[in-house]
Amino acid sequence: MTLLITVFAAIIVSVKWYFREDDSHKLGILMFLYWGASLMWFVDAVFEYSELKAQYFTPPIEDMINDAFLGLSAVALGLIIWLVRLFILDPKGKIKQSLKNAK
Amino acid sequence: MACFTAPLVESVIVSAVTKAEEKKEMSGSNASTNGTGIKIPLSRRLKWLTNMLYGGSAILAFEHIWHGEIVPWFPFLTAMSNAKDTANMLNEIATVGVSMAGLITVVWLGVCAVATSIVNRPDNTETSKI
Repeated sequence: MTLLITVFAAIIVSVKWYFREDDSHKLGILMFLYWGASLMWFVDAVFEYSELKAQYFTPPIEDMINDAFLGLSAVALGLIIWLVRLFILDPKGKIKQSLKNAK
Repeated sequence: MACFTAPLVESVIVSAVTKAEEKKEMSGSNASTNGTGIKIPLSRRLKWLTNMLYGGSAILAFEHIWHGEIVPWFPFLTAMSNAKDTANMLNEIATVGVSMAGLITVVWLGVCAVATSIVNRPDNTETSKI
């Protein structure tokens, strides 16, 4: 479930990245972050499958809910990392401008 | 248990290489083109790899916190509380962790190869209109 949620997040961000008008949103950072996590969870899933075999695809409902919450939380964490980096890089200079105006 | 540490170690090494490469490129010793065509700077390609490695490691570290495998007190990894769990953890790092780092590196090599071929592809905007 975590793998599936992260893969969907990676695909959505990749499509957004491809159709971007400029690079000011720094979506590439978020795209690589989600693909990195997806690949790592994929390896985890392969090792888990080699232990559990077909049982891997029929997890208990409680585990599925917990994994879904984990996946969504991981996507949220990725967005927070990207947002913090975007604000620090401040490619459009908006934060600098607003801080100057605050004076 | 701590499988994300292998990609994390790789990302630290790659970050150091990226910084060194950036310095080299700034000094102008690395040309942006070679005999075969346009070349994407190595530092830029390495940044793709570090973003994947750091991002993946951060999210997997979060997963380990979620499952209670990382704690905010020494030795930070619950698997280090006894020798048997520590051996299992090291085995997991050597198998799952190294496989994670390896797969990301292989995928990155593929991305680099595809990116280089796209950059050197003849412009087909005119032919697509026909």
